[in-house]
Amino acid sequence: MKIIAFAEQRNNQFKKTAFEVVRAAKTIADGLSAELVGVVIGGNVSPIAGELGKYGASRVIVVEDSRLQHYSTTAYAKVLAEVAQQESGQVIFLPASSLGKDLAPRVAVKLNAGLATDCTAVRVENGECVATRPVYAGKGLADVRITSPVKIFSLRPNVFSAGAPSGGTATIEGKNVVLTEADFTAAVKEVKASGGKKDVAEADIIVSGGRGLKGPEHFAMIEELASTLKAAVGASRAVVDAGWRPHEEQVGQTGKTVAPTLYIAVAISGAVQHLAGMSSSKYIVAINKDKDAPIFSIADYGIVGDAFEIVPAFSAELKKVLGK
Amino acid sequence: MKILVFVNHVPDTETKVKISADGKTIDPAGVNYMLNPYDEIAVEEGLKLREKSTGEVVVVSLGTDANKETLRKALAMGCDKAVALKDSSPRDSFGVARALADYAKEYSPDIILCGKQSIDYDDAQVGGMVAEMLGLPSISVVVKLDVADGAIVAEREIEGGHEIVHSKLPAVISAQKGLNQPRYPSLKGIMDAKRKPIEERVVAAIPPRVEVLAMKKPSPKPPGKIVGTDASAIPELVRLLHEEAKVI
Repeated sequence: MKIIAFAEQRNNQFKKTAFEVVRAAKTIADGLSAELVGVVIGGNVSPIAGELGKYGASRVIVVEDSRLQHYSTTAYAKVLAEVAQQESGQVIFLPASSLGKDLAPRVAVKLNAGLATDCTAVRVENGECVATRPVYAGKGLADVRITSPVKIFSLRPNVFSAGAPSGGTATIEGKNVVLTEADFTAAVKEVKASGGKKDVAEADIIVSGGRGLKGPEHFAMIEELASTLKAAVGASRAVVDAGWRPHEEQVGQTGKTVAPTLYIAVAISGAVQHLAGMSSSKYIVAINKDKDAPIFSIADYGIVGDAFEIVPAFSAELKKVLGK
Repeated sequence: MKILVFVNHVPDTETKVKISADGKTIDPAGVNYMLNPYDEIAVEEGLKLREKSTGEVVVVSLGTDANKETLRKALAMGCDKAVALKDSSPRDSFGVARALADYAKEYSPDIILCGKQSIDYDDAQVGGMVAEMLGLPSISVVVKLDVADGAIVAEREIEGGHEIVHSKLPAVISAQKGLNQPRYPSLKGIMDAKRKPIEERVVAAIPPRVEVLAMKKPSPKPPGKIVGTDASAIPELVRLLHEEAKVI
């Protein structure tokens, strides 16, 4: 049996999720006594393919074409489906990243496969892969199995540990997939980076501000704290709707779902919809002057007090301790 | 322009989830339903496209009679016609996509709009699956959309930025928050909606490929530590984050 792990790359460098997905796929492959095959698609990716061997892939299939340098949904879907079919891959793992969530549904239809999106845990049970995935914005957790012969799971970024790279090596195989212009529908023409700001979806540490900050100008101290921690700035829905912060920063049910190592919620009450977006954070710090704010029910550490006093003190202490 | 919008009828965001006796679904008692927020953005985008050119916006939903409430909301916003695909059997995203794609194939729209995901199952699959079933281009998580002369320039959200994507019509666009600000139905819109047609069609059951074995609520976290009540607690907080949590 073969397990396929799609490793996402951008600009010919692996995303962190590539290693998370390969490592998670490896645990399932071991549990099913199956072979783990990594798949890399891109413009110039042979040089990096071997890295996947350090996370458990025994073989890596590389599909390289200058036309694949930029993501194109239908071209990538055709390639991944064809590779999976040729390998008779029965279980396919992808990251539940922007690209992964775009790619997986089309591959699922091509392979007539069921797809479980944004899984936060996978295990082998009764000889098959069973996944846990959040539903109702994380208010529920569903354990699911897939009934079709081919099963596809996308994994939530930053939840599965890639672990340390081992000394393992993989056999790299180049594969040619015939692609015509017709395969490149909806093509990416340009990528606009968010001006060097860290994206909440990928940050290890997030400092997030809410309506209790009383005005957009008070986000300056949030940005200062974030900068000291090399963190991303997040925002509650209220401040995004008020126009204080861009919606890319919104964390919550109608914003982004994040799972950083540390989430610092400043002047955020912790409405259910906000918690839905950040409750997977490994550690949560809450700073709020209302001791009954729901955020304290999920915070690991909290200070009940005035954010305007506490946040600058936090930055100052960190600069002292971290020697900045 | 023939604009087709997919909408879903979902538990509202205030819902306190209780697991029902079967251990696999949520208990619908006391749950208020709403038009899926991302689909509301798709409806708004459809209406804006119609305003820019001419044409009609048809809105489709799959489910039970209850879905008609959501269809009426979309009609009240200004959609021209609604279609209720009726089936109450268990269904996963693949099954939903199949029924919607079958309708879309018949209607043959110039553009299909839907939300990026439904806030009940959070699958984020229907848009892409429908596109694949119809052999159409798809662009997901769209925050900006320009349509002109049968071509699309869209901006989609990725980690750390945006991708600018070019495509031709017809295509399937799944909407992300930020694409537009949905209008509130006017009183006239609400009155008109009562008279707009909702076509009902029964669709065949499709057994789910994704089977829920069990659904549970996340285990509550053990209570955290309140470290203090003012800035004097900061050194202790920093110490805990460094030595106990080891995150800084």
